[in-house]
Amino acid sequence: MLSRPADLSAAQIAAADRNASVPKDVAVRLDGVSKRFGTSVALDDAWLTIGRGEFMTLLGPSGCGKTTLLNLVAGFLAPDLGEIFIDGALVTDVPTFERKTGVVFQNYALFPHMTVANNVAYGLKARSVAKDEIRTRVAEALAMMKLTGFEGRKPRQLSGGQQQRVALARALVIRPKVLLLDEPFSALDKNLRASMQVEVKEIQRRLGVSTIFVTHDQSEALSLSDRIAVMLGGRICQIDTPEQLYRKPAARFVASFIGAGSLLRARLERIDTDLADVMIGTTTISVPAKPLAGLAPGTMVDLFIRPEQLRVVSPGEVGAFDGTVAASVYQGGHVDLYIDAPATAGARVLMRLNVRDGAGAWSNGAKIAIGIDGNDAVAFPQSGV
Amino acid sequence: MAKPLSHRMMSWAGRAAVVAILGFIILPAIVVGIAAFNDKALLSFPPEQWSLRWFYKAVSYRDFQTGFQNGLFVTLMSSSIALVIGAAFAFVLDRYAFKTKSLIEGLLLAPLVVPHFTLGLGLLILAAQIGAARGFTVVIVCHVILVLPFVLRSVYISLRNLDQRLELAAASLGAKPGRVIGTVTLPLLLPGLFSGWLFAAILSFNEFTASLFVTAQRTQTLPVAMYNYVREYADPTMAALSVLFIVATATLLTIANSFLGLGKVLNVEQAR
Repeated sequence: MLSRPADLSAAQIAAADRNASVPKDVAVRLDGVSKRFGTSVALDDAWLTIGRGEFMTLLGPSGCGKTTLLNLVAGFLAPDLGEIFIDGALVTDVPTFERKTGVVFQNYALFPHMTVANNVAYGLKARSVAKDEIRTRVAEALAMMKLTGFEGRKPRQLSGGQQQRVALARALVIRPKVLLLDEPFSALDKNLRASMQVEVKEIQRRLGVSTIFVTHDQSEALSLSDRIAVMLGGRICQIDTPEQLYRKPAARFVASFIGAGSLLRARLERIDTDLADVMIGTTTISVPAKPLAGLAPGTMVDLFIRPEQLRVVSPGEVGAFDGTVAASVYQGGHVDLYIDAPATAGARVLMRLNVRDGAGAWSNGAKIAIGIDGNDAVAFPQSGV
Repeated sequence: MAKPLSHRMMSWAGRAAVVAILGFIILPAIVVGIAAFNDKALLSFPPEQWSLRWFYKAVSYRDFQTGFQNGLFVTLMSSSIALVIGAAFAFVLDRYAFKTKSLIEGLLLAPLVVPHFTLGLGLLILAAQIGAARGFTVVIVCHVILVLPFVLRSVYISLRNLDQRLELAAASLGAKPGRVIGTVTLPLLLPGLFSGWLFAAILSFNEFTASLFVTAQRTQTLPVAMYNYVREYADPTMAALSVLFIVATATLLTIANSFLGLGKVLNVEQAR
């Protein structure tokens, strides 16, 4: 490997400039990290800071570079460009076995020829921890993961959920500087997944272990994360809290990937540095100006609306637009109405109505008038990302 | 409801065919096995009187004794050397991408298509060229080349089946590369390594054609000694020796099976 530049402070400053809201106490930092596989770019100039104790999720569709980023932090891959820091120390050229990361793989990667106890003890033995301490720490880790009594079993004698607990115990027992979770819940069935998520989140909070969690499941990301980095095509699109991502998506892709929503055709009326006004029918809605930067007033834009921002109004009300119910899908607690409307810019408009609020009254083909609650609306240029 | 007659006939015919094929496979072994107990000094069939004297002669015949010892020595040496070389090449072929990969793979598997007598003759000429005596070295080299493809395939398949995330997990837990190999890679490859070695050993011990060219009186292996014997005598000693051969190999495979399971020995299932 080539020697690294001596003026690391320059890279540190650059990172701080780029990302103003970074946590002070940093566990992991990526400074302009890129990785290519042959001619395809897996990760393109990624800047990311994970605070100590923070639960950071990398969210995106398959092939977005999230697993590559995780593998770079673990040291399974070496970056082509950029630097990686763990606990303030430069680790770009540090081999995996010296990084002290705890990794939980999608298939758990438990050692099939070792017992549960030996799987969990592996990292401690590799680090030449004293025998007595190994015994107590393994027992503690197994107790924490509710695996006491399973010490002598082989991984193949365990259920999927139990295997995952062993994988977590094995990763946590070494007291890692950062815990790396690569889609750990995807192999579990739905009920088990939900309970494991709650448990993992609770343990993570209690131990205060900094965590990077990779998933393509947006609801999983929203429910577990302190912050989420949404990725697409090797780039990080937006890094924010789940609430901010949901309410203020910075790009059309982020908006459509997280939660449900509809796109409506609107006209840009006025734009200044912070806010812009768009008009749909006779309603003027204020949206953040940033995604629309550079567009001239009069341009048609796509207004992104969450289902809960739409409500049924009486026909002819000011600001309402009309549509026809195309499908009504019963979801238990609520009903999803899919509405054909002239104002829509994409597919059908999605409305979510409480069953209690008379959602059952809307049958296919019924005429409906819809009002927009303009708070937290965002708009994007047409046919952008 | 009863099946139509044609179906039943087909089903009987099918069973008969399977029995016939299986019988055909083991028929020679059965014939030789029975002939071994013939009291007469002729390889006649079926025997008229029974005896174990040919077994006694087989184990006490001087050439067979040295042949057995030579064969055992050559087998242990060649299959062990082939295991080390084959495992190393299998590892390189599995883990690294390089331009000459398919060429090297082809060369390593070439002994499968080169006739054994060609290999034996070639080595004989080479040994004569460099003035090497017809000692054990040339025999062992010959056997290493012959069994290498089998070892290579066996280890290669085991490596393919090995989830590399296990090695990554070990490294992330703080294990240095040497420790990863010792505690994760090798233990999981062990069935593949053992089955490769076992097949190499069985092939090497039975090998005749190439051995005929490269062995001398002093270094002849058991199959060569048997050939030399059968050129002069035609008594059931050979048959008795064959029975011993079959029993020994079957015992070896049975032991291997009870330790590892036949699927793993034959390397047809994932090493777990």
